[in-house]
Amino acid sequence: MNYPYWVAIGLLMLGLYTMIAHRNLFKKLIGMAIFQTAIILFFMLTSVKRDATLPIVVAGVTDAGAYMNPLPHVLMLTAIVVAVATSGMALAILIRLHAAYGSLEEDVIAERVAADAERQPSPPSGRA
Amino acid sequence: MREHLPILPLLLTLTGALVVPIVAVISRRAAWPLALAASGAATLAALGGVVEVLGHGTRRYPVGGWAPPWGIEVVLDPLSAFTAVVVAGVGTLALVTSGPGAALVYPRGTPGFYALALVALTGFLGMIASGDLFNVFVFLEIAAISSYALVASGGGPALAAAFRYVVLGTVGASFYLLGVGFLYALTGTLNMADLAQRLPAQAGSPLFVGGALFITVGLALKMGLFPLHGWLPDAYTYAPAPVAALLPAVATKAAAYALARILLYVVRPSELPVTAMLAWAGGASIIVGGVLALRQQDARRLLAYSSVSQMGYVALGLGLANPAALAGAYLHILNHAMMKAVLFIGVGTMVLRGRGPGLATLGLGREMPVTGTCMVVAALSMVGVPPAGGFFSKWYLLQGAIEARQPALVVAILVGSLLALVYMYRLTEAVWFGESLPGATSAEAPLAVLIGLVALAVAIIAAGLGNSAIVTRLLAPAAAAAL
Repeated sequence: MNYPYWVAIGLLMLGLYTMIAHRNLFKKLIGMAIFQTAIILFFMLTSVKRDATLPIVVAGVTDAGAYMNPLPHVLMLTAIVVAVATSGMALAILIRLHAAYGSLEEDVIAERVAADAERQPSPPSGRA
Repeated sequence: MREHLPILPLLLTLTGALVVPIVAVISRRAAWPLALAASGAATLAALGGVVEVLGHGTRRYPVGGWAPPWGIEVVLDPLSAFTAVVVAGVGTLALVTSGPGAALVYPRGTPGFYALALVALTGFLGMIASGDLFNVFVFLEIAAISSYALVASGGGPALAAAFRYVVLGTVGASFYLLGVGFLYALTGTLNMADLAQRLPAQAGSPLFVGGALFITVGLALKMGLFPLHGWLPDAYTYAPAPVAALLPAVATKAAAYALARILLYVVRPSELPVTAMLAWAGGASIIVGGVLALRQQDARRLLAYSSVSQMGYVALGLGLANPAALAGAYLHILNHAMMKAVLFIGVGTMVLRGRGPGLATLGLGREMPVTGTCMVVAALSMVGVPPAGGFFSKWYLLQGAIEARQPALVVAILVGSLLALVYMYRLTEAVWFGESLPGATSAEAPLAVLIGLVALAVAIIAAGLGNSAIVTRLLAPAAAAAL
């Protein structure tokens, strides 16, 4: 009965593991997306009911138990928008990182940041 | 107008965030004054909120006229009114000082910076005003996504720091959301007041324990608490100066407020080890953050680690959860916001003048005496020297720790102050007596920066002198409601 929850937990762990284990920033981002999706799935599961239908009123059926709970769906619609915005933000940063350092490997970027810092002890504070 | 006071501050900053880019099409120079007008108006509205709370008690505002628990609720009570003033007020003063720096840092135009800063403030004010768990998540993410963009606007190493911030910040927000899901599955409601009534009956449920834990871990990460502070040092070190004036001062405070609100007023985990855990994490944060701050050569990184240490004080107070400790934690939200703003603005201005960021080349405070003096006031507050505000928040925390009979935490509070004495001494010495780089401009900071710095330094002293009024009128009732 509860096995779909284990799928959500499995995805959650997979996302977390991907974020920690991979040194490539794009793979970290993929892990982050899996992690967020697992939570969306978890919320969806809380609305599921046995022998219930979609939360659209059917003529003559007034028993609330006959419908699934629509609220988690609505909440997750917002959470999906948030997840899209976060991913978009992260992708935009990755594009700029690749343009600046020519790589998306965490170690390579760290090396080049350190090399820049040595060459120029007082870096300019930013660019638009 | 009066009935809209609970929601007014965040509406004003949100409107400003929309107006700034539109007006920028006509005049790019208008961005700074417009942003100041929006955040200044939000500060006035937040102050109006305090007057309203003092006069008439807690106000609940059903958004769109939909009654809770079905509708979304915005709550103005002593704690939210107080924190809104801290965030809007310190945020506004940080924006006052940002004008000259932003023009240097963003040569292609500043409207983007000001629009994002106002969106971030809207997010923080929304987290503070909201009376609904899911709305806190939405505002948390609004604030977070604009913060990521603000940090990334530094380019270069700030991009790598911003990416780390995105990944870890999203993990924190997702943990929070998962915790909210647990509590929702348990009770079927998201309204905080409604949850507070329904949860005690479910106190033994594993969903309750899991929900409280996930929410605490998620928000502790956003607070930058050890060992979840991994995103903070890089993000605040490499953020461009105008961003570093704003975010370190207010971002962690909004998260601390959300944690206090949910843990102490909604979940009330009297039988759970969550609060004890938070107190110990706070104590560890004070020590580890302080020790790491000692070892830094970059002034901005020193300040960032000092934030880890100082947010530890807030967490320690929230974890102890007795009246004195809570008053101290809430007061420290105000004091730390002001002193960290002064220090980051001061260091940022010196860096833009061609000094630092290393401590070895930060010098010439003597040629910027007003900036240097304001930084000394903030440093004294950080160490806890009366009459600066920092002394009094630590005093209340100390009382709370003694009342709770936690000698180890008493020691942590005192050792944290000693560590602050040493790292603030290093910074102050570098500012006043250190060497400078050849070719650094030797002149006082621009007028706008001085206005903001002096106002904040005066406020630090005023918060110290007026601490008993703040505590008895606002913070003691807020603490009493939690217990």
